[in-house]
Amino acid sequence: MSILVNKNSRVVVQGITGSEGTFHATQMLEYGTNIVAGVTPGKGGQSTIDGKVPVFNSVEEAKIETDANVSIIFVPPPFAAEAIIEASDAGIELAVCITEGVPVQDMVKAKRIIDQNNMRLLGPNCPGIITVDECKLGIMPGFICQKGNVGVVSKSGTLTYEAIGQLGNVGLGQTTAIGIGGDPIIGTSMIDVLELFENDPETKGVVMIGEIGGQMENDAARWAKKNMTKPIVGFIAGQTAPPGRRMGHAGAIVSGGDDTAEAKMRILTENGIAVCESVADIGEKMKKALNN
Amino acid sequence: MKIHEYQGKNIFKSYGIPIQDGYVIEHIEDASSTIEKVQKDFNSDAVLVKAQIHAGGRGKGGGVKYSPTAEEALANATNILGMNLVTHQTGAEGQKVRKVYITEAFDIENEYYCAITLDRGKTKDVFMVSTEGGVEIEKVAAETPEKIIKVWIDPLVGMKSYQARKLAFGLELTGDAFKTAVKVFVKLYQCYQGTDASLVEINPLILSEDGRIIALDSKFNFDDNALYRHPDIAGLRDKNEEDPTEVEASKFDLNYIKLDGNVGCMVNGAGLAMATMDIIKLAGGDPANFLDVGGAASAESVKNGFKIILSDDNVKAILINIFGGIVRCDRVANGVIQAVKELGLKVPVVVRLEGTNAEEAKTILSESEFAIIPADDMKDAAQKVVDAALKN
Repeated sequence: MSILVNKNSRVVVQGITGSEGTFHATQMLEYGTNIVAGVTPGKGGQSTIDGKVPVFNSVEEAKIETDANVSIIFVPPPFAAEAIIEASDAGIELAVCITEGVPVQDMVKAKRIIDQNNMRLLGPNCPGIITVDECKLGIMPGFICQKGNVGVVSKSGTLTYEAIGQLGNVGLGQTTAIGIGGDPIIGTSMIDVLELFENDPETKGVVMIGEIGGQMENDAARWAKKNMTKPIVGFIAGQTAPPGRRMGHAGAIVSGGDDTAEAKMRILTENGIAVCESVADIGEKMKKALNN
Repeated sequence: MKIHEYQGKNIFKSYGIPIQDGYVIEHIEDASSTIEKVQKDFNSDAVLVKAQIHAGGRGKGGGVKYSPTAEEALANATNILGMNLVTHQTGAEGQKVRKVYITEAFDIENEYYCAITLDRGKTKDVFMVSTEGGVEIEKVAAETPEKIIKVWIDPLVGMKSYQARKLAFGLELTGDAFKTAVKVFVKLYQCYQGTDASLVEINPLILSEDGRIIALDSKFNFDDNALYRHPDIAGLRDKNEEDPTEVEASKFDLNYIKLDGNVGCMVNGAGLAMATMDIIKLAGGDPANFLDVGGAASAESVKNGFKIILSDDNVKAILINIFGGIVRCDRVANGVIQAVKELGLKVPVVVRLEGTNAEEAKTILSESEFAIIPADDMKDAAQKVVDAALKN
């Protein structure tokens, strides 16, 4: 078991003939991801990646021809929100949008449509998702993961890799690792992912990595106290971030109230999450939590 | 991106929102004629002289002066133009005033607060007004939250009249002022959406003694990711208001924010970069900056990052922390060596490389002619760089 994606996921790559799309689609195929189609408007009828993947003009066509049910989006920022909407209109169940720099107002509108169409979205501005040894969608380095019992959910890309690396160092593998994205508006919240991990029998514990800005980690912690039976290890990046400055991610800005690292760490602790003061403690803390 | 008050008001004007109008000067020689022009064009003997810097709190800092006569206006303009204005938002070093805005003055009946921003949790825009205008809204929110009236707007539908009416009723407006306010609120939302703003704020919006609704100030934050479709707004950027090193870094597509510490750091990814700053602090040091070299840390971006960090004289040691996913660590290691060759090893450099080709990278660094300090993990790296900074 695992969550959201597995070896049976039938994947369409939106933007497959762009340089990013081609590079990462190749890597995903090597990992074993079941890529059944690519989409680039105007290049329908061709095939790409050594003839392994047929290209279609639209997600709708790809869906009809290949029965794809999951989409991974490598489309430039001005067109990314539209690509998300297109996927949802075509009846895709889960879309993962890697694109960084999507205008917020585009995402606010896209979120409305995908909610109506009942599609789940990861991202935008995320590293993607890996179900270990089954399916990799996005840009995470697959080789750092090993099969195991820990679920990972994070707002950040390389910080996710750091957590996975540390888990590996203490002998802990992962079920599924998910980057939900660092933008103000994202498709899937931490609560959504925690709920999926809670319901996944294979997952025994969860690493939750957040950062300054917004209330998502706080909401997740309060939800977890009531609904989670599995141990959670938490880390919040940005203890030294000055207020009012956007720290790289469009969503990572302290604008007052409970969105500082200090406040979030307090709220997580109050709600029973094992909070790491230092990022270096994530692996050890998870090991300890699982042994209890 | 932020802009000046006068630029924001010009945007308001283009959306039909009534403003306190005026003209901007950059040279004191233009002051007298401009004051006269403001008095004549807007039929206002008294004028306001307003420092134009991006930071808030200008009034309290002495950057906004009511001037009943032309003589006083000139004296105030002379004082303010070129002054180093210190407010609670500029920090102790202050900000040099390069532009002064001379505007008409109004007799004020009431002052209101008015703002639109995104409510992330609700995935809707939130429009807030309060009768407590002209003061710090954070204080109102903390002490008397019931005095802030809010409506949530679905961006697909836009702002509806009933929502604008709720706000205007909340401000206890009546008659023509009520009707005008309703129109102004709808226009302000159109302005917020139309400019891809992430925040629009008017503090204060006033009811004048003669019954008019007027924006006395303007504050905009724009979504940087949407600036590509607003070249006119992008053109309003005032680099004088930004840290020069940050401007330089942005030319290389590096995400750099200067801080006050002495340990420089260069990291791939925003989250890991923040976590690196945090662990430097935990190890007893102070981070000198945030620097995200991006997902594709190349030899070139590493070199540019080095240059940017070294341009800060406070930096006593540098930590490079790269978790290579798609990025190959051996390439990063070569980039580090190349940068050191070109720029010299002016301060100790600690390098932690993990992920793709990390072993090859460690060999490259240890076999190089430079005394680059290798680190095994983040904790080790933080301790080593803080020790190095202390000794240097």
